[in-house]
Amino acid sequence: MRIDLSPRTNRSPLMDGLAPILAFVVAVAIGGIVVAAMGRSPAAAFVTYFVTPLSEVWSLQEVALKAAPLALIAIGLAFCFRANVWNIGAEGQFVVGGLFGGWIAVATHGAEGNTLWVLPLMLAVGTLAGIAYALIPALLKVWLGVSEILTSLMLVYVAELLLDYMARGPLRDPAGYNFPQSVTFDDAARLPYLMEGDTLHAGVLIALAAVIVAAIVLARTLFGFEVRVVGASPRAARFAGFSDVRLTLAVFAVSGGAAGLAGIAEVAGKIGQLQPSISPGYGFTAIIVAFLGRLSPVGILVAALVIALTTIGGEGAQIDLKLPLDLTRAFQGLLLALVLGADALSRYRVRFVPGTAT
Amino acid sequence: MTLDVLQMVLVTIVAAATPLMIAALGELVVERSGVLNLGVEGMMVLGAATGFAVAVETGSTLAGAVAGAGAGLALSALFGILTVVLAANQIASGLAMTILGLGLSGLVGASYVGMKRESAPHLAIPGLTDLPGIGRLFFGQDAFVYAGFALVAGIAWFLWRTRAGLALRAIGDDHTSTHALGLKVRKVRFLAVLFGGACAGLAGAYLSLAYTPFWAPAMTAGRGWIALALVVFASWRPLRVMAGAMLFGGATVLQLHAQAAGLGLPGQALSALPYLATILALVLLSLGRRQGGSVAPASLGRVFTPFR
Repeated sequence: MRIDLSPRTNRSPLMDGLAPILAFVVAVAIGGIVVAAMGRSPAAAFVTYFVTPLSEVWSLQEVALKAAPLALIAIGLAFCFRANVWNIGAEGQFVVGGLFGGWIAVATHGAEGNTLWVLPLMLAVGTLAGIAYALIPALLKVWLGVSEILTSLMLVYVAELLLDYMARGPLRDPAGYNFPQSVTFDDAARLPYLMEGDTLHAGVLIALAAVIVAAIVLARTLFGFEVRVVGASPRAARFAGFSDVRLTLAVFAVSGGAAGLAGIAEVAGKIGQLQPSISPGYGFTAIIVAFLGRLSPVGILVAALVIALTTIGGEGAQIDLKLPLDLTRAFQGLLLALVLGADALSRYRVRFVPGTAT
Repeated sequence: MTLDVLQMVLVTIVAAATPLMIAALGELVVERSGVLNLGVEGMMVLGAATGFAVAVETGSTLAGAVAGAGAGLALSALFGILTVVLAANQIASGLAMTILGLGLSGLVGASYVGMKRESAPHLAIPGLTDLPGIGRLFFGQDAFVYAGFALVAGIAWFLWRTRAGLALRAIGDDHTSTHALGLKVRKVRFLAVLFGGACAGLAGAYLSLAYTPFWAPAMTAGRGWIALALVVFASWRPLRVMAGAMLFGGATVLQLHAQAAGLGLPGQALSALPYLATILALVLLSLGRRQGGSVAPASLGRVFTPFR
């Protein structure tokens, strides 16, 4: 008995769209079995995970707030992954963006006079810090051929430790009773709320704008074309004279900038100060989002909302059903695995053939 | 006296190096067959959680070690189905395994947080183990350490002295030609992936059963990734993996001692040392490789489908 894969000559868009949905259904089914095995009602868990967060205004806002950084980081990563460049250190670029952007807020704390420039400067510095941090693995790759996978990941740990040091040390609030956190940012250093009395802030609009821009760039510009060609056929791209080096640097800059912007938007939006830790793993979850959304802007937007929903639902399930948060993480990992498997089913025709293994 | 101090330092270095060595040796075999498994961290942490849980329930360290290796193997089977059978992207699949492994380990280990066990027994041969200067180092380690060194020799022998090892390396270098020659590319790769997963699981079990005899969430702290870097650093050669693991073990021990001594450096800077050292090692290696030297298996990370 062996399994043969033959490439489908014409891939149907229907199958391409259905594959992630199928993967999602299977992941939910497996999750239900696990929940039942843990002695809880799968039906109640399903409601807590996927329905309750959608039923109240405040939890809908929480979903949007979680989805925004995920979508923003994932859209940057889509450029990388499409070009067969593997930046898996977005978490570090997120942290560095938040740290350096937030530094501006701490430095300008209590400034008098016109402070309208503070927030734009923070966003710019956060983005640039993300770009600079992403360019380290990119430059090491193009200069020396060092694997960008390993270096970008190692830099995540370094960034987290740097933030931890800064928040406990130099940037700590001197009047903060030794709590490991910076001063609370001035209003001029905070992203404005979209509506009075709500938690939704302008970071959500930034993420939406980024998705739209990315969709246009990918579909309508030469740079987007290069990224797509390299992804589809590196050989063809070389014949077309597209530069590997320039493209690697460019996609790393795009993804690092997006992650850095997401980082400072999180700090200036939701958190409002620097803390030893500012991310519940957005940079890693965004990798799932990027693949779940099949590396397309619209898909990523939908995927970010779905993953944010399961995260908020997971927090609810922890409180209501005493289900551990790790269940959500395992579910997200399983979902990514299944999406990748389902992808194979839409790319290849799978046949079971009697005979020996190959 | 000073000889005993030196021995103590060497013993701690070997202890810190062992998990890296075992995990990296497994990954070396996987990569030699042409598959890049980025799920080592997830398989390692799942092995640590499962190993500790089973050891607590059965009271047997051996059962724990076997269960840890089994857990890594099970997760790598899923990875093998995705990448070898279904020809999915290896990098993304590996990341999925890491995320899944971290989540599953949290579920498995949840009720064991805060528990402590006796660490794995150390060898004690009357006379030999008490030898001054070298007794503890050579005759007083736990079984994992000896298993690790046996793996180095076993893998070096298998890859360069057996027909099957030659086939595995050939498949890693050119899957199309070897398939045309009638070698069973996917079967060999699947088995290699399983072996690598079992090694990663065993390395994780070493952490929770011998190195620090308790379970803590995400206790591998990036060791799986360092093991991956170690394979590159070692130019895909078992003996160099062993040497590299000792080097990294030494860096870890140095960092702990520096932290204890309080050199005036912030603790975070010292904690960042292993990660920065990994990057530095990769950079130095690339600089060195400019003057020749061995390179990665040619088919590493490339998807193979029998018919195209």
